[in-house]
Amino acid sequence: MAGPYHYTLGDRRYRFECLAELMAKATPARSGDRLAGVAAETAEERVVAQMALSELSLTTFLDDPLIPYERDEITRLIIDTHDAHAFAPIRHLTVGDFRNWLLSDLATPERLAQVRAGITPEMAAAVSKIMRNQDLILVAKKCRVVTAFRDTIGLEGRLSTRLQPNHPTDDATGIAASILDGLMYGNGDAVIGINPATDNVAQSVRLMTLMDEVIQKYQIPTQSCVLTHVTNTLEAIEQGAPVDLVFQSIGGTQATNESFGFDLATLAEARDAALSLKRGTVGDNVMYFETGQGSSLSANANHGLDQQTCEARAYAVARHFKPLLVNTVVGFIGPEYLFNGKEIIRAGLEDHFCGKLLGVPMGCDICYTNHADADQNDMDNLLTLLGTAGCNFIMGIPGSDDIMLNYQTTSFHDALYLRRALDLAPAPEFAQWLEAMAIFDDVRHYRPSSALPKAFSKTLAQLPEGGA
Amino acid sequence: MADQSSPDNRSSFDSHSSTDSQSSTNSQPSTDSQASTENHPPADDHPSNIVTDNPWQQLRQFTDARIGLGRAGISLPTEHLLEFQLAHARAQDAVHLPLDIETLCDDLGELALDAPIARLHSQATDRLTYLQRPDWGRRLDDDARERLTQSGGSARSSVDLAIAVVDGLSSFAIQQNAVAFLKTLLPKLAEGETPWSLAPLSVVEQGRVAIGDEIGECLNARAVLVLIGERPGLSSPDSLGLYFTWAPEVGLTDARRNCISNVRPAGLSFEDASRRLMALLKEAREKELSGVKLKDRSEDDVIEQGGARNFLTS
Repeated sequence: MAGPYHYTLGDRRYRFECLAELMAKATPARSGDRLAGVAAETAEERVVAQMALSELSLTTFLDDPLIPYERDEITRLIIDTHDAHAFAPIRHLTVGDFRNWLLSDLATPERLAQVRAGITPEMAAAVSKIMRNQDLILVAKKCRVVTAFRDTIGLEGRLSTRLQPNHPTDDATGIAASILDGLMYGNGDAVIGINPATDNVAQSVRLMTLMDEVIQKYQIPTQSCVLTHVTNTLEAIEQGAPVDLVFQSIGGTQATNESFGFDLATLAEARDAALSLKRGTVGDNVMYFETGQGSSLSANANHGLDQQTCEARAYAVARHFKPLLVNTVVGFIGPEYLFNGKEIIRAGLEDHFCGKLLGVPMGCDICYTNHADADQNDMDNLLTLLGTAGCNFIMGIPGSDDIMLNYQTTSFHDALYLRRALDLAPAPEFAQWLEAMAIFDDVRHYRPSSALPKAFSKTLAQLPEGGA
Repeated sequence: MADQSSPDNRSSFDSHSSTDSQSSTNSQPSTDSQASTENHPPADDHPSNIVTDNPWQQLRQFTDARIGLGRAGISLPTEHLLEFQLAHARAQDAVHLPLDIETLCDDLGELALDAPIARLHSQATDRLTYLQRPDWGRRLDDDARERLTQSGGSARSSVDLAIAVVDGLSSFAIQQNAVAFLKTLLPKLAEGETPWSLAPLSVVEQGRVAIGDEIGECLNARAVLVLIGERPGLSSPDSLGLYFTWAPEVGLTDARRNCISNVRPAGLSFEDASRRLMALLKEAREKELSGVKLKDRSEDDVIEQGGARNFLTS
């Protein structure tokens, strides 16, 4: 490895032993980096590290891998798939120049898409560390990433939602009740996705079948996903289950993913299996990934890196498998990684920016746990900021309360707030469906019908015993 | 002066929120005798018209999820907004209120234990530190370790099981449920052909699950059981977790533990939790192991509860 890296400020010469240390110390403060023992020791040291980082050439990140090529398959993926041709227009820039370029009018959406394959996660992470929140928003807004399966997600002026009908015992009626509630609020165009309470193949197949039947019966232009381990989904496909999207939680180091029980070959196999089903109608993006700062440290697999850099490296994994959706579950991990609303908001904006810059269809689970120093107002702030930044999708859950995972995320109501505040429409195919089914009186102004649409009132009449 | 927007009218508002009140979008609070008085708001603004109820409210009987909340415009109605705030406030209090260790130990006295209770503390000095340094919450402070080692060392011969009551992320869960659960469990441990010999009970402040392994090690116990306050959910601030390790020692990972979660009156009952735990303990003693290699067979039945059938597709 190269280094050490030095920076002289006045009569003091700062020394950073290696690139990982420099990156970590340049990171805006957060509890997870303190827990890892990699954070800057003073506020001044942090800014000095940012100054030193801003003077590094972007090529440094190709020459000085943070985790050795021989030891980590994600480093190998990043280096082996790096597109030198796409990189050419920016290879002469320093990190500081890169920030200026991204913000400049030279960096149009078209040019940003062209250089994408030349940008590595480490370059994205480095530049994000010297960007303010408004920079992260403005540049991300220029990076559109459009994907499709049964509808088209990520178009400009659009916002999609994952309908998340989790139930603590995977009860079919309880799940169906939350699905209906969500659909009636215009939710679910990114995916209807269930975190199963009992995580095994049989239960997953049962839930896949449930959602598939709902999607087929009401001809909903959306897709379903059970958020179970990739190997379970593979087995479900072998059993002939109706699998739309393959899910997996991913991290930015090989050791993190080993702790999750998979490697890149597993993902490739699962993607091929899902593609072979040919269930998409308007596109063939068949993967759904979730990420989140802190997962590598939590698995003792961070190699001395800061958590935001590890997170950005996970996007290299994601982009390789052409996912429909990538979701940073930003506040789920707890206050030992992101302590309060301020840290959660910053991390959400960083993740969205890095993902979009790298060409990943980024959404965000804007969320918090009850032991974090955060509340609904913090979520409102991040929701509004990410809506402004052009986030592809958010979660939708009844009344913000996930009664299975015991945390709070955005509600069906929250999505409608964002639609009205920023005029963000659902995916075009889904918007048409909402109107055709009379779920919305007025899709243009995001006004749900006050009466229950015909197709669903018949359904409610058939409620089980005691339901009338 | 009382007008139509005063809280006095809440009851009439509530009675309007029946499942079919949305059909009255054409607004007629007509039976109201004050409808014609000057300071009465325009008919459209009557509270029963401001909030749009959801015609599927009846589904609330099938789930604890916050469905059918209705909407003011597209926003959460005041009533449900404040309900949520109250639940969040309670969950936060459960995390931050310190364990009332005096009361807890008094209550534990009802269990008629043989040995005095050991009051222990982790290396996390206070709650803010605890929340940011889980590693410190997993280790006993010097004083606790010293006292425990002395008592364990003097016993010499090993005991079957050490039980630790740990505040974790919800002192409320411990305060509410620990004693009642132990009242159910202890008789089961004492009965049968091979009753479990117990180490003195420990109570730990600012502790995480793994601190049980250190306690078990110090007490020379063959196994350790941790009762801990789980991260509170909005509707479950009082949830108790049970963690069990065979051959406890410092540095073990979660793969070596078995967990029974959501133990509380409105969740998994004390009786059911005790039965599941006893089955695990029995198998652990036979195989001399715990964790992923020890399967909790009692969960197998979860799948049997119905297929994919539901009202949306049936």
